[in-house]
Amino acid sequence: MSRKISMKQAINEALDLEMRRDPTVIVMGEDIVGGTGAQGEDDAWGGVLGVTKGLYAKHGDRLMDTPLSESAYIGAAVGAAACGLRPVAELMFLDFMGVCFDQIFNQAAKFRYMFGGKAETPVVIRGMVGAGFRAAAQHSQMLTPLFTHIPGLKVVCPSNAYDAKGLLIQSIRDNDPVIFCEHKNLYGLECEVPAESYAIPFGEANVLRDGDDVTIVSYGLTVHRAMEAAATLAKDGTEAEVIDLRTLSPIDWDTIVESVERTGRLVVVDEAHPRCNLATDIAAFVGQNAFGALKAGVQMVTAPHTPVPFAPSLEDLYVPSADTIAAAARRTLSPKGARSIAA
Amino acid sequence: MLNERIKPIVMPKWGLSMSEGKVTGWLKRPGSTISIGDELLEVETDKITNVVEAGETGVLRRVLGEPGTVYPVKALIAVLAEPDVPDDDIDAFINAYAVPVSEDDGEADAGPQYHTAETPAGTIRYAKRGETGPTVLLVHGFGGDLDNWLFTIDALAEKATVYALDLPGHGQSNKQIADPSLSGLSKAVLGFLDTVGVERAHFVGHSMGGAVSMRTALDAPGRVASLSLIASAGLGEQIDHGYIQGFVGATSRRDLKPVLETLFADRGLVSRQMVDDLLKYKRLDGVDEALRALSASLFAEGRQASVLASGIADARTPTLVVWGEEDRVIPADHAQALANTAQVAVIPGAGHMVQMEAAGKVNALLKDHIAKAN
Repeated sequence: MSRKISMKQAINEALDLEMRRDPTVIVMGEDIVGGTGAQGEDDAWGGVLGVTKGLYAKHGDRLMDTPLSESAYIGAAVGAAACGLRPVAELMFLDFMGVCFDQIFNQAAKFRYMFGGKAETPVVIRGMVGAGFRAAAQHSQMLTPLFTHIPGLKVVCPSNAYDAKGLLIQSIRDNDPVIFCEHKNLYGLECEVPAESYAIPFGEANVLRDGDDVTIVSYGLTVHRAMEAAATLAKDGTEAEVIDLRTLSPIDWDTIVESVERTGRLVVVDEAHPRCNLATDIAAFVGQNAFGALKAGVQMVTAPHTPVPFAPSLEDLYVPSADTIAAAARRTLSPKGARSIAA
Repeated sequence: MLNERIKPIVMPKWGLSMSEGKVTGWLKRPGSTISIGDELLEVETDKITNVVEAGETGVLRRVLGEPGTVYPVKALIAVLAEPDVPDDDIDAFINAYAVPVSEDDGEADAGPQYHTAETPAGTIRYAKRGETGPTVLLVHGFGGDLDNWLFTIDALAEKATVYALDLPGHGQSNKQIADPSLSGLSKAVLGFLDTVGVERAHFVGHSMGGAVSMRTALDAPGRVASLSLIASAGLGEQIDHGYIQGFVGATSRRDLKPVLETLFADRGLVSRQMVDDLLKYKRLDGVDEALRALSASLFAEGRQASVLASGIADARTPTLVVWGEEDRVIPADHAQALANTAQVAVIPGAGHMVQMEAAGKVNALLKDHIAKAN
């Protein structure tokens, strides 16, 4: 049976179902339980935004509150994965990954390759990404391009509750390290989600809207901005195809290229900084593999090359908006589209 | 003032979840004389595009539904009346017409759209429509669910009590299939009927559901009042193995869409929503195993394992066989296997999902057959 639940509930449900299915699944992180041994509720916190709330009552010590030392517990999670458990480690804000780069980039991502395929590291590192939460520059970044850059890591960034549940279940069942990026401003967004377990395969983009005039590719929060832009464009008779990547590594090149071969126009929207991100990656790939299909220069809509501002008025301007996406799509459709430079 | 000689044509409600539909084009011009069953217009929903057929006779006096425009269910989109009804009366009727808002929120539809029954074969989801007349059971095919009867269930429910179930392994029923044979599925269906308190029903089966219905008629003849076999399995060995394998194997929209297009004569009927809904079903834990088990048991090596035609011919169960002439999954000539003992109708311009693609014609055949057999 399916019912409407939020992305936060969907993530909680995925963790619960996988812990029930597989006794090797454990969950660890800072304050993911929060409150055991003190007066009051055992899981008074249930995670900093309550994503893991209620799991302690169901699964007890398979949830572990860790010290405030990302380098220590992410390392422990990677080691536990190499030794046969399936840990899901919450990094709270993925911005904190900086202090455990070695554990993730140089250890977890390398084991399979450096031990001749004999070692598997089925660890999931999940946490919040994205701006718009008034959490300032150290808690608001979209660092997905950094993770995507590293071979051996899989990178997931869902845009809705249905995808979040199915992709997290797939992440836990997957035998490689997965960085699971949860946009904090999508936690409350509800949609129809089956109560049962289901897994969404990696590397399959979701085409949210069909259109023959321009392709808009995005992931995470900006997928919704792209859909708003598409609705605006439709009023002027422009039909945009909107592609939600869902997983950034592996990435579904086929769906992107097939769409661009039909529309001839591409707008790539990425909440990350403008240099070396998913937008540049996809623009380059399409430029190399589908150049002949392009009728206009590829438009990239990204955040600016600055830290996320704390001033709310500036933060609101920071994340790509539906208007900037629609404007980029119109540039590809203008007679000068082929020669247009940056926005 | 209501003039009973003025007959409204309204946006239809196809299936339990439809709330609005888009008029895509009119197939009849204003002023045309309309007979029952004439194709009036095409309507597109998020699930499927279908033709609206006339349920009454008259002259198409007004066409109100603009192509490309979305209207709520029951909105007035055209008016039928005899030529002698004055224009003023028709205009007054149109001005006075209000979309009945109470229908969806009111008492008639207040109950849940779907129900579940705890049966010996596990949890079975079902829909029940209609309260009177004979009892009818709709049994979908391989990989399908009760929504395959989107255009059937409400039409039959006008004069019958209609149940449609999700077979084990399908839709939102239990995904474990204890016995993936026709007998096993038939036992699950009988267990469902026991649970909902139905002793005997008119079985309407599509594709694999037709074979399940035949198996039931042979094993438990007292429970089957009549058979309506639509593009049914079990009437010959041949089946498009590519379709079965493609359906089982597809994990992406790109793979699944061309497979689903095999089901229809008009490939354009495969909508984004149809593909997405099926992908969501196929991703559920247990579905892949269920479909593989059924496929291995029923369609191993691309042949149908059970051909029940001669048994059914001998059993003398009142039987209707309906096929779409352009069926690319099971060939339409299988209909002839029961030509001597059953009423056989092969419908041109329709494919394997003939009950959706030619809903009006199939519904008329079903109503007639069930009335006669009852």
